[in-house]
This record gives sequence, C-alpha cells and structure tokens, in this order.
Amino acid sequence: MRDVAVVGFAQAPAVRETHGTTNGVEMLVPVFHEVLGALGLTKSDIGFWCSGSSDYVAGRAFSFIAAVDAIGAFPPINESHVEADAAWACYEAWVKIQTGEVDVALVYGFGKSSAGKLRRVMTMQLDPYTVAPLWPDSLSVAGLQARAGLDRGAWTEQQMAEVAARSRADAKSNPRAQVKGDVSVEDLLARPYLADPLRRHDCAPITDGAAALVLAAGDRARELAERPAWITGIAHRVDSANLGGRDLTASPSTAGAAKAAGLDHKVDVAELHAPFTHQELVLRGALGLNGSRINPSGGALCGNPMFSAGLIRIGEAARQISSGQADRALAHATSGPALQHNLVCLMEGRD
Amino acid sequence: MAGQLAAVIGTGQTDHTAKRLDVSMGGLCREAIDRALADANVDWPDIDAVVLGKAPDMFEGVMMPELFLADALGAVGKPLLRVHTAGSVGGSTANVAATLVQSGVHRRVLAVAFEKQSESNAMWALSIPTPFTMPVHAGAGGYFAPHVRSYIRRAGAPEHIGAMVAAKDRRNGALNPHAHLKQPDITVESVRASKMLWDPIRYDETCPSSDGACAVVIADEKTAGPGAAWITATAMRTEPTTFAGRDQVNPRAGRDAAAALWKQAGIDDPLTQVDAAEIYVPFSWFEPMWLENLGFTGIGDGWKLTEAGETEIGGQLPVNPSGGVLSSNPIGASGMIRFAEAAMQVMGRAGAHQVPGARVALGHAYGGGSQYFAMWTVSANKPS
Repeated sequence: MRDVAVVGFAQAPAVRETHGTTNGVEMLVPVFHEVLGALGLTKSDIGFWCSGSSDYVAGRAFSFIAAVDAIGAFPPINESHVEADAAWACYEAWVKIQTGEVDVALVYGFGKSSAGKLRRVMTMQLDPYTVAPLWPDSLSVAGLQARAGLDRGAWTEQQMAEVAARSRADAKSNPRAQVKGDVSVEDLLARPYLADPLRRHDCAPITDGAAALVLAAGDRARELAERPAWITGIAHRVDSANLGGRDLTASPSTAGAAKAAGLDHKVDVAELHAPFTHQELVLRGALGLNGSRINPSGGALCGNPMFSAGLIRIGEAARQISSGQADRALAHATSGPALQHNLVCLMEGRD
Repeated sequence: MAGQLAAVIGTGQTDHTAKRLDVSMGGLCREAIDRALADANVDWPDIDAVVLGKAPDMFEGVMMPELFLADALGAVGKPLLRVHTAGSVGGSTANVAATLVQSGVHRRVLAVAFEKQSESNAMWALSIPTPFTMPVHAGAGGYFAPHVRSYIRRAGAPEHIGAMVAAKDRRNGALNPHAHLKQPDITVESVRASKMLWDPIRYDETCPSSDGACAVVIADEKTAGPGAAWITATAMRTEPTTFAGRDQVNPRAGRDAAAALWKQAGIDDPLTQVDAAEIYVPFSWFEPMWLENLGFTGIGDGWKLTEAGETEIGGQLPVNPSGGVLSSNPIGASGMIRFAEAAMQVMGRAGAHQVPGARVALGHAYGGGSQYFAMWTVSANKPS
C-alpha cells in the first residue's frame, strides 16, 4: 500500500438554511478556494476528483453534474461521484491513489437539506416495496432503534442526554458548528419528546453544508503539509436493510470496518458520525472506545450537513493530528437508516 | 497500466425489455449477478466487495437503492460502494471496481449496474426545472438533435448514415439473446421511412427505454485463468454542461479520455489495433461522431467508415456487435453492458454476435450532456 495522507480540509459553516441553489455551487466555491489556497494548489494540480451528494436531497436528477461548475472543470477533469456521503468518495479517491495512477485527489460533498422536508425525504431510502409505503420517517426509524436499546437496558435516556450536553459544550470551540452551548442534563431531560423516546437534543439539526478534503501520497503529502494525517487504514461495511432482521442496538458493520481498517490500538481522539445520541453509544460499543476523546468538534449533533457530515468527521480527525493535538485518530461515517452502512478511517501523525 | 493486473472473469446480463413485471429491483440485479458468478465460476464467499451503479435515483423513485438492495446483492457484511456518474455510470462502475483490484485492496470484486425504469417515470425525473439551466423539455433526443445536425453540416455527411447505423445495430441485436429490440429484417429504407421525431433523428434511430441489469466479476492476476479479459486501460473525464465555446459535437472530455486510454493501453493506431468496439450510441448518428471523438478516424471522416460498411461484423472495426444501446437501453446498466460486451468479445463468449478472432476491444460510455465519459480497453493477451 502507498502512504496516503489527508493534507488539507475546509468546510462551509453548518447552517439551518442557505440561499444558494441545491447543486452546492455557492457553498463549494469558497470551500475549494480555502482548501486549495491553503495548500498553494490550483485545480490543475488535482489528479482525481470525487464527490458525494444526493439527487433526492437536491430534489432533482444529476445535481452533482452542475456542482462541477464550482470547479471550473475545463480543461476536463478526471472525476467520479458516489451517491452517498463524501466519506465514501474519500474511500474511492484513496483507492485511486493506491493504483499509482494519481498522487493528489480532492474529495468534496454537499447537501442542501433545507430544500425539502428532510425527515420525509429520508423515508425514500427504505425498501420501496414493503416499508417506504408506510412512510416511517427518519426520526421514527431512529426512535425504534433508541427504544430497542432502552428496552434492552443497553442505554438510558440520561446517557443519551449526557452525549448531547457534552457535544454542545465541545462545539463551543468549533466556529463552524450550528448548535452549541452549555446545557445541563437535567434541563434536557425535562424537555418534551419529539419522537418518543427521542427529544430534540437527541437528534441532529437539519443543516445545509459542504466540505472538501485533499489527499496526497508519500513525498507529495510531506511537501504539502507540515504534519500530514497518514491514513493507516480505511474500510467500510454494510448491514442488512431489513430493520427487523438485525439487532439495532449493535453495529456489526462498524466493528467489521474497524477490524478491516486495522483498529488494534487505543486512539487519542475519535470523530463519530452519529446523527442521534443513542447512535454514539452504539458506535462506541462497536469500536471499543474507552478513554478516547469523542467528537471534540461537537459531532453531527451540532451540525449535520447531509452527504458531507461523514467526510467532515475525517477532516476534523485529521485536523487533530495536523495540529499536534493527537497522534492517533479515528474517523467514522455512516449512511442509511439506523446506522446501516459504516466507514472507519484510521489516521496517525509521524514525527 | 497503473497498479496490479485485473481481469474480467465473468459477465452476466438480464433479458432486457420495456417492463420486467416478473422481478423486483433485487430480482433484476440477481438475474444478472447469478449469471455473472456462474460465468466466472465463483461463488458468494469468493466476492470481496460489491460496487453498484445506476443512473438517477428518481428513475425508480428510491433514494440510494444500494441500501435496500444490500441483501439481494450479497453485500451484507462486505464493502458496498455506490457510483453515480449520469449515463456513463455503468462504465464508471466497472472502472471503479477495476481500481479496487488494481490498487491491491481486493482480489475479487462484483460490479453490478441496473435500471428498472418501468418502476417510475424517467421523463418526469429529468423534467424538474432547475435554476440557471435552460429547460429543454424535449427529452434527450431534443437535446442531442442540434448536435447531430451540427455534425452533419460540419462533416458533410450524407443523410442516410444514421439509418445505416440503426439498421446495422438492430440486425446485430437480433443475434443477441438479451437484446430488447430484435429486428433482423430492418433496412436502411425502412429506417428512413420511420417517423421523424427530432429532426434529423427518426423513430428507428432512437434507443428504447428498457429494464435491465448487467454484472461483471473482476479478479486479480492470481484468480484470472486462461480466457479472462485483461483490463489494459481505464479512463474517465468530465467537463461542464455548458459554457461559451464548448464543442458538443466533439467534446474535449471525450477526446482527452480517449487519448489517456490509448496511451495507457499502448495503442497508437486504434483503428488497426482494436478488433471490436462497444460504443455508447443512443441515437444512431453518435456512431460516426464518437468514431471521430475516440480517434478511430480523423475529424469529418467517421461517417465514411460507417458508409463503407467497416463498422459491421466482418468489417475493419465492428461497432456494437451486440446491437448496442439502440437495441437495449436500461440507462444505468447500458454503460456496463458496453464494457461487459467488450470483455465477452475478447473472451470469445459473445455467441452469435462474436467478432471472429477479437483480441482487443473497447468499452465506452458517455452521459449527461455529452460531458461524462468512461471507457476501458480489454485484451485476450495478458499484459507483460
């Protein structure tokens, strides 16, 4: 395997609504400007581009094609797209660099959740023949998962509120966060249910956003970054889509991805893509995280731009390494209802 | 060729038709997958990862269908990657699957692409008005017709060329058991007598709308035995839909991708070194247009190759011996069918539409407003 590192990262502010179009161009232009500018690169230095987005969130077919207008893709670029969180685009770009064909890749993701009714849009991810016609929305599906854990004694509403309170406190130091501040667990638990047993603080906010990340191989990475975040392993796995056919309180695909990525040591910091408080508890269990700092950025509970929130976890974890605050970091991304599809990326700093 | 060697060891296709009412999306994919696994002589435990491609989710009305299909695709517990690059997606999906082997990450990868257009309404899915984009409201044919007319004018091509392509591809399709349209008795005259849809494109010069799926198994050097189709080059290029000065008759993204492809494959004279080409031709006139864009002929000369009959089976460069997109068009799968058919040709497994002695073949796909290109070359000869 070639040595590949995250050398640059930028993200748009996580906000409830932007005035831009659904193709992400208005959000992406400043993000590209920031990430390329910081590295002293131009678009012609990029050997491969890969993006992640969703036509359903955009409310139109082929929204990712219009997004390449943000690049100014002429002369033509070597490019691909995943209809998934851009963390999977990052995986595809990492694979591309591994072939030796290219040395530098730029990965980006975008989504304008405010354009539609996100809870209902996400229903369209469910089995179209047997489940989606019943219209369970994304909060209802997550609520089933939370309830399964509560009934089993796997977690408590108190523990869920503790995740929310810690996340919001940590987000105070994140200028890009949408939700932040000091709240007490007691106050949170006194609030009404949004989708029993989920309260508002248990659910990620609806967010418009975008992000871009640059990967580089070997010496190119060392030229571009003072302390590259070297990817020591990256892998992903998927679980069954049958909500009644799997244990919703566990995440075998996360555990499988972590094993395939080579997680065998304690990490200093972990950025977990958990859009619901109880999902952080599931993920911590699947990853066996003890004593690691979790989501210093505040995580997805403090800003959940669809289709870039997972990529942002990789970028935030890489930042912890490049800034010298961590030597070993784990980033996780999820896709699909109730943590169906999961990706784990392990990174380290080398001095 | 960058990275480790990779080869196609098996392909599978569904029977393509307007409405597959007998199968679900999962069933459709499985029909292609089961055939590909059998053709490759591998079983589920041999597959390390699954890559799924299809065109817009709105064509079936399911957001990210790879998620609900995970079980049907045999992907549970494995990596499942979804690719979407518009109409070129079937080709891009095969290329991404190839990189998973070429990178050394996996040994055997299953790539699947499908479209079950009858589940929803493709015209509606493509008709949503968007800011800053001129609405065509005339379907793909209405979008591409001006490019075709422009090509005819620039190249000085005679009017019957498009009909020649259509008649040839439909006759070839009659040799292909999976083809949606089989018209062994079609003639240039009958095509020219068919209804004008988008001048100069006639009804018989347009692709059908199909349900269908295609799968390929790509394996590493250790797995691939005799008879494999070695992947000797892959290329993908993208350019924006519209900007001042864009050449939509001969897009630079296609030219750049082809140049990169031939270089990687070690081909300096494609017309003599390629034995069969599966080119994405949804409207007949795109055959001569892409022959030029791909560098098989000089500018303005593509139609001459077609007119001379050199793109028929038995000609200098058989183009679309399978019948091509003009005979079957399950959009998300159409690109992968081109790639799979190219592999079938060099594996000698193309049956009645086999090009005798084919050793090197091209698979080509394009999408969007002629701005997304994906291609590969495969060879019966193992690269040294």
